[in-house]
Amino acid sequence: MSKTLFDKVWDTHVVRKIQDGPDVLFIDRHLIHEVTSPVAFLGLKSRGIRVLYPERTFATADHNTPTINQHLPVADPLSANQLDALESNSNEYGISYWGLGHQKNGIVHVVGPEYGITQPGATIVCGDSHTSTHGAFGAIAFGIGTSEVEMVLATQCIMQPKPKKMRININGKLGFGVTPKDVALYIISKLTTSGATGYFVEYAGDVFENMTMEGRMTVCNLSIEMGARGGMIAPDETTIAYVKGREFTPKGEAWDRALAYYKTLKTDADAIFDKELTFSASDIEPMITYGTNPGMGMGISHDIPDAADVEGGAATYEKSLNYMGFHEGDSMLGKPVDFVFVGSCTNGRIEDFRAFTSLVKGKHKADNVTAWLVPGSHIVEAQIKEEGLLDILTEAGFTLRQPGCSACLAMNDDKVPAGKYAVSTSNRNFEGRQGPGARTMLASPLVAAAAAVTGVVTDPRTLIEELV
Amino acid sequence: MAYDKFNIITSTAVPLPIENVDTDQLIPARFLKATERVGFGDNLFRDWRYNPDNTPKKDFVLNNPVYSGKILVGGKNFGSGSSREHAAWAVYDYGFRCVVSSFFADIFRNNCLNVGVLPVQVSAEFAEKIFTAVIGDPKTEIEVNLPAQSITILSTGDTEKFDISPYKKDNMINGFDDIDYLQSIKGEIEEFAANLPL
Repeated sequence: MSKTLFDKVWDTHVVRKIQDGPDVLFIDRHLIHEVTSPVAFLGLKSRGIRVLYPERTFATADHNTPTINQHLPVADPLSANQLDALESNSNEYGISYWGLGHQKNGIVHVVGPEYGITQPGATIVCGDSHTSTHGAFGAIAFGIGTSEVEMVLATQCIMQPKPKKMRININGKLGFGVTPKDVALYIISKLTTSGATGYFVEYAGDVFENMTMEGRMTVCNLSIEMGARGGMIAPDETTIAYVKGREFTPKGEAWDRALAYYKTLKTDADAIFDKELTFSASDIEPMITYGTNPGMGMGISHDIPDAADVEGGAATYEKSLNYMGFHEGDSMLGKPVDFVFVGSCTNGRIEDFRAFTSLVKGKHKADNVTAWLVPGSHIVEAQIKEEGLLDILTEAGFTLRQPGCSACLAMNDDKVPAGKYAVSTSNRNFEGRQGPGARTMLASPLVAAAAAVTGVVTDPRTLIEELV
Repeated sequence: MAYDKFNIITSTAVPLPIENVDTDQLIPARFLKATERVGFGDNLFRDWRYNPDNTPKKDFVLNNPVYSGKILVGGKNFGSGSSREHAAWAVYDYGFRCVVSSFFADIFRNNCLNVGVLPVQVSAEFAEKIFTAVIGDPKTEIEVNLPAQSITILSTGDTEKFDISPYKKDNMINGFDDIDYLQSIKGEIEEFAANLPL
């Protein structure tokens, strides 16, 4: 029978099917961080069970960590306690631990691929909804709750009903200044934040085929924001070139076997999806959000729609615009910006810093803007320096912080104050996401750069002459 | 972690007719720093419930003394966003055993089932009936019957069936969790692991 890419990877990992119940799914690789793992380890302790395959779990500290002075003790006692718990639990159960100060430390969804933990055709979970990032490699990757973290530690399995399958096709050539982030925000604006709930998405078409792995990760990362558990892209030569030779990538004969498996990982020509959607690349422009969920986005040159033209309750829509201090019919262009954040598991990779730097080069940070540039990992940080981007950024009045989740969810000190506006390359614009009362506009690194140098929301296409 | 068994609950309900209630509202990230599962109910809907000076916001439903009960009725797409199980812990710890909505986000629904909160998905029409009945008379009682998979507004007799997998239903009625099951098939898992393609 014809199968989709998703079917092939899922079916290969089903240990047992429970009649009228979930599948028991084997998990190849498990990533943990400090926030969603401590209660799982407490559960193991209270049940008196060990970690079944500690070599399949990798721990990194990212959500709570400061992004300056990482060599000093963490000042917040609650954060320090959680970081200590991750370290002691990892040590006790024999799990690789990449804590603060470790060369491999960084955002879990940035370092996983960098070290080859992420492999095509694998099942990957983490107690974090943006685990969908790893689907860029043709893996089944999704976020889980803490009870499920405990299950994976104890048995390397979780119990999941098989989701439905959706394919999103986009063909054509992306316009000037349109990045993978814009493609994802465009899809979410069309589907709403619940449009793909219950589905696992495959992205297909030449727009995705022509993306770098960094771009594919940005797209798959945001799958959860349309409600999908995950998204994936079939592995190809770009994928294989990326994973080959990385630390945890199979080597020698194992690599040959892996390569043969990777080449089977594509949707059969006549496979059926439960839902199929097609968009055109030429309809997508640089995007920005104006509301309090990622579905409330639009092309940057458009006006904020009227409640009557938007799916969902008018009262909820009004509440959202009130929170943002915006009105129906407003143009986003020229709106004030107080903070710019470049980073997160969505846009904290080298390509994102290249894009940001390409626009700010030769210009200067606006005086009214506080900019936080936070690389996703030490590898990204080193690349920024090696490629000379840091010199350009410094010249333009920007500084670089140290790796971590930072202002994406404001668990550390990188908080946007109440009422202030941030253009952010992260993934969620929920009320209070970047700090209590903070107002977030999600956008690409290019739109963030345009805001950073002008101090207001600005269409980046008016500031750049050539394609990046 | 152990939770109270769920059979039939008859209770008044708390109405929250807002769509897309996300996990950052259920429990803001700054309250995720605990290493034990205690005290999350105090911070359920923290920023909707309290002003920055920690005084209660009088217009928020949890601060309205006429509403109480073990059932929370939310708008469409309840629980979207993060995978933080803390959101479900906060709901349970506050005292809710059941969340009713016309649509749930996937991970939140899963997390609820794993921690002893029953997510009951009803039609949009039935959700409206509950909102109307409860807002009209906060003493309105709702019966959630897990064995029969039904939810009933007792004052009007309006009733609807809801879906739950037989496996999860059995778990909730008996207070079991998935680890109990997975531990029982460990040999099968180890054999499977030895024969993986990679």
